[in-house]
Amino acid sequence: MQQTRSVEIGTGLFIFLGLAAVFFLSTRATGLSSQLDANAYEVTGRFDNVGSLKERAPVSMSGVTIGRVTSVEFDPKRLDAIVRFKIDSKYSEIPDDSDASILTSGLLGSQYIGLQAGGSDTYLKQGSELQFTQSALVLEQMISKYLFSGGTKKSE
Amino acid sequence: MIRDLYYSLIGFLRTFGALQFFFLRLLAGSPSILVNRFSLVVQQIFNTGALSLVIIMVSGFFVGGVLGLQGYDSLVKFNAADSVGAVAALSLVKELGPVVTALLFAGRAGTALSSEIGLMKATDQLSAMEMMAINPINRVLVPRFLGGVISMPMLAAVFSMVGLLGAYVVSVVLLGVDFGAFWEQMQVNVEPGDIREGIIKSIVFGIIASLLAVWEGYHAVPTAEGVGRATTRSVVKTAIAVLIFDFMITAIFLNS
Amino acid sequence: MIFKNLNVNIMRGQVTAIMGPSGTGKTTLLRLITRQLLPDKGVILIDGQDISQLSTKELYQLRKRFGMLFQNGALLTDLNVFENVAFPLREHTDLPDRLIRHIVLTKLHAVGLRGAADMMPEELSGGMARRVALARAMVMDPEIIIYDEPFVGLDPISMGVIVRLVRRMNDALGISSIVVSHDVQEINTVADCSYLISDGHVAAFGRPDELHKAQSEIVRQFMHGMADGPVPFHFAAPDYTEQLLGRDGG
Repeated sequence: MQQTRSVEIGTGLFIFLGLAAVFFLSTRATGLSSQLDANAYEVTGRFDNVGSLKERAPVSMSGVTIGRVTSVEFDPKRLDAIVRFKIDSKYSEIPDDSDASILTSGLLGSQYIGLQAGGSDTYLKQGSELQFTQSALVLEQMISKYLFSGGTKKSE
Repeated sequence: MIRDLYYSLIGFLRTFGALQFFFLRLLAGSPSILVNRFSLVVQQIFNTGALSLVIIMVSGFFVGGVLGLQGYDSLVKFNAADSVGAVAALSLVKELGPVVTALLFAGRAGTALSSEIGLMKATDQLSAMEMMAINPINRVLVPRFLGGVISMPMLAAVFSMVGLLGAYVVSVVLLGVDFGAFWEQMQVNVEPGDIREGIIKSIVFGIIASLLAVWEGYHAVPTAEGVGRATTRSVVKTAIAVLIFDFMITAIFLNS
Repeated sequence: MIFKNLNVNIMRGQVTAIMGPSGTGKTTLLRLITRQLLPDKGVILIDGQDISQLSTKELYQLRKRFGMLFQNGALLTDLNVFENVAFPLREHTDLPDRLIRHIVLTKLHAVGLRGAADMMPEELSGGMARRVALARAMVMDPEIIIYDEPFVGLDPISMGVIVRLVRRMNDALGISSIVVSHDVQEINTVADCSYLISDGHVAAFGRPDELHKAQSEIVRQFMHGMADGPVPFHFAAPDYTEQLLGRDGG
């Protein structure tokens, strides 16, 4: 019976370790841990071009993550992209004229939304739409713009 | 020539079909064993899972370490060494965790299962059970199969976790990648879907490895040599099947 | 085709021996009797019931009435002696531990190995393993016990012990025994009736002393262990001189 007991304890430990590993991977490694609280409020913004912005991309202000993108959709009527994102409820005093731009972390990193504080006295709340947005910088467009402008300068 | 090919093809199909029936028979026996004789399964989880932990953890650590080294070496050229955490995590969770674990599992637990069952057959233990009115498939094979199926995802998860630790130690502690960037890049780039893919793979591989190990043991020629051959076959077949299925599952996930 | 016109009767309460040269299918016959194999033709009746017609469930019911002793004991290697003997009880009954302990110790005592209850199978000698297997075969109180080559590879003392046990189990418990063996001496001391099977049919049957006096050549060769006879010394081969001169196969 001593033997069965140690087998059971060993198996229990093993299963526990396995489940802990699954839990670790699905929380620590994916950033599910930086889950927003239940009271997070949703804000939308319209962008001409979202680049490769994806769901769950971070929303940051002054470099601190304050929320996550919840959906990226194309609006067939106005022919632009609607991005919805949630901001943690503890950051409830963000001016509603803040400026949202899609930025890239590092040269090859993923894209995120950066908020730049405005000066309004009213704050963003559930359902607000940001008025000032700046599209993603697409590398090819920048390069062609540069080449084009460079070309015109020479010809002048 | 063509005749030989024809017969070996028919033979292959026949074995393959028999394997499906064998699988169904194991599945049919599973519920009652899980409900009534769970202690048998616990014993097998201990044998296949808990006893494989050391090899899984050591291998995982070093595979992760290599990922850290190679990832850093490649990424630093693009000035993206911060992404080494993401690269290591994605490689481990989606590919190396399930695949390498399945191969190690085949080598450590699969061979043990095949040779144990083969020896039980060679020494008449299975016939003896049959004569005691005890179905050896339910009593011997099903718990071993279930133990393997349950252990495999656990082992794969442990492998990935320890692998991440290895990558972390190498890139952050030894090579000086920023601590925050390592985790931040990982968390931004690894999505729940990636974890799901890894878990699904490890479950499928667990079924494949356990099924083949049990099958080869049960169909071993009941001699010392036959058991040895069965053991070898179970490893070879498992390795090939796992790699083929890995390709297929990856393709399915990329398309969805 | 292994057997033709084979007719064997096993009498209740007797020790019936099945003898024969190696390779005559004695083990096959046992497998047929216990339906580990199905016959292509012919019937095997137990209590008048054709066992090839049984469903799996009925077959398992029938097998509970059997005890079988395999050649090397076939003890489960991962269980100790006590658990090996307790195994059928644990699988088939819900008896409380105390009762199981009682039954197992009784059976182990009957084979003289009560003291070995905590040993593992690999620690046992061949004779001891067979005695434990016998205790295991007895534990469900079967009506028929089948011994597959119980005397092979044992020293004279162990052999004597097994012979005595076979006889005593049979008489004390009123069960029927089938012993498959080719050890003529031991069979003579233990069997009530012997069948000598050769070449797929019954060459002779009767009490051991009758077989000893039988005139049939095959019986005489077998009973007296002669090297040449109806079972030839030489395996079927082409003509010796022809082969030496290299003329075979052109």
